[in-house]
Amino acid sequence: MSSVLSQEAYGRMKTLHLNRRVRMWLWAYGFMAPSLILFVLIVLYPSIEALRLSLYRWSLFGSKEFVGLLNYQRMLRDPLFWQSIRVTLIWTIGVVPCVMVLGLATALALNQPWLMGRGVFRTIYFVPVMTSIVASAFVWRWLFEPTFGVVNWILRQIGVADPPGWLASTTWALPALMIAGIWKQVGYAMVLFLAGLQTIPRELKEAAEIDGASPWRTFWHVTLPLLNPTVVFVAVILVINAFRVFSIPYVMTSGGFTYLTPGGPLHSTRVFVLHIYDLAWKQFDFGYGAANAIVLLLMIMTVTLIQLRILQRPFEY
Amino acid sequence: MSILRHSISRGMIYLILMAGSVGMLLPLVWMTSSAFKPLHEVMRIPPTWIPEEPTLDNFRAVFAQFPFGRYFLNSLITSSLITLSVVITSAMAGYALARFHFPGRDFLFVLILSSLMVPFQTRMIPLYQLAIRFHLQDTLLGVMFPWLVDAFGIFLMRQFMMTIPADLVDAARIDGASELRIFWTIMLPLVRPAIAALAIFTFLGSWEEFLWPLIITSSDVSRTIPVGLQFFSEQYGTNVHWQMAGALIAALPMLVVFFVLQRQIIEGIALTGMKG
Repeated sequence: MSSVLSQEAYGRMKTLHLNRRVRMWLWAYGFMAPSLILFVLIVLYPSIEALRLSLYRWSLFGSKEFVGLLNYQRMLRDPLFWQSIRVTLIWTIGVVPCVMVLGLATALALNQPWLMGRGVFRTIYFVPVMTSIVASAFVWRWLFEPTFGVVNWILRQIGVADPPGWLASTTWALPALMIAGIWKQVGYAMVLFLAGLQTIPRELKEAAEIDGASPWRTFWHVTLPLLNPTVVFVAVILVINAFRVFSIPYVMTSGGFTYLTPGGPLHSTRVFVLHIYDLAWKQFDFGYGAANAIVLLLMIMTVTLIQLRILQRPFEY
Repeated sequence: MSILRHSISRGMIYLILMAGSVGMLLPLVWMTSSAFKPLHEVMRIPPTWIPEEPTLDNFRAVFAQFPFGRYFLNSLITSSLITLSVVITSAMAGYALARFHFPGRDFLFVLILSSLMVPFQTRMIPLYQLAIRFHLQDTLLGVMFPWLVDAFGIFLMRQFMMTIPADLVDAARIDGASELRIFWTIMLPLVRPAIAALAIFTFLGSWEEFLWPLIITSSDVSRTIPVGLQFFSEQYGTNVHWQMAGALIAALPMLVVFFVLQRQIIEGIALTGMKG
């Protein structure tokens, strides 16, 4: 009798427990729902659709024609594809190390305990990060103006008789844009490095100094190894930013005195995203544009996976 | 001797930092000073750093030809609504992922994390297709919709909510508090710094977004400040003095926000690794 009762009670408890669990599931799905609906609509579906579109020929207005891997084959023979890959790699190889070195050097200087005016310097170096990117690109475009621009005026002052034509020159346009890109990002790298440096116990550096290590040796053998996760993190963010750069090249090479076309002169500044934009919205070659966008995805995935391999931990925040 | 070397190296560091500061500020100084000069003075060589013939004409010209108020309003509306949507959806989903057990949770979390690798630039052609299907070209909703949810925001909220002791939530549940109440009165106040950082960066990111508005807007009805400024420059290509006045007006709101929220912004970047 008593055992029947307890079984009944047990059963009731189990139902209650199950009800509670199901109720909690429902709450969880309720909390997830707004994000999930939007996520499927603006992240998941477009990602899959980009892959699908890359197999079609489609001009936005007409019907889609399935062409298999033809878009990818076309890419291999497309000089503009290779040009834009080349420009993007030059940008990456030039901008990323400069931003890292300048950002780290500034962070190391600002981390010195004796330094006065740390806050002021930090603000000054960070101001470009907070300056509207289109406004910054305008200013740099005029600073690089060959005849009355400030950059060439300074160069003439220090004895360069025949300074470059910058944005008008196929050789010098890209370096001009890269200088603007470096200027814009140094403060950002500096802030991340400063945060990383502050996690390193001061005693470790002091111990190395007491042992008679020079500041240079302390940096190479104590500070830098301990800063490694930050270095990898900053490098990956900067490389991904470099692969996706668009605003500075677009704004600096359009408009102005000469009415240049974005990516010019002669495609010498055609970064990869500008290439995708041009294919889709100027030439209405949306299928081919999508195939190029998939290549961008592959480039970014490669960098992210390398980062995961190096850090061996999924995220470092 | 060693003291002398010491002070020389310290002096060098100050000098280099100051030289760097000049480089960082020079473009902004030139922009500001040119905005107050007539065209012929902007073109003068050597450049004058303090305008010799200061004028406000450039601003009058810009405001007469450039519906800055409209662009500002469009930017304000879109950035605010995007921020609101991202904060609400991220906090809710982050709470579910951090503090509930439910079938499919780990799958969803991995899916959201993996999507961080897919850049916007890969999704923008299908997003444009969606915008056309729903007739969102040249509307404010069209400017906003690709940004209404942010996988990184969900991830960030989940990570912060994981650090809140589970006992706190369980105790409230035993006391009979509803899930909504727990979320609103216990969870949200405890992760306020993370929410503030997410809100600030989402707002700044939306304010600065250039590529998508360039694609989706075609009139002043929906142009935000960055594309409005670019459009203005294409109309008046050679008028450097007007462009600099426009650039100064466009850059000012964010710089003001920076000086007011400087500490939160810099700490927020360090906290989350997000880009401003």
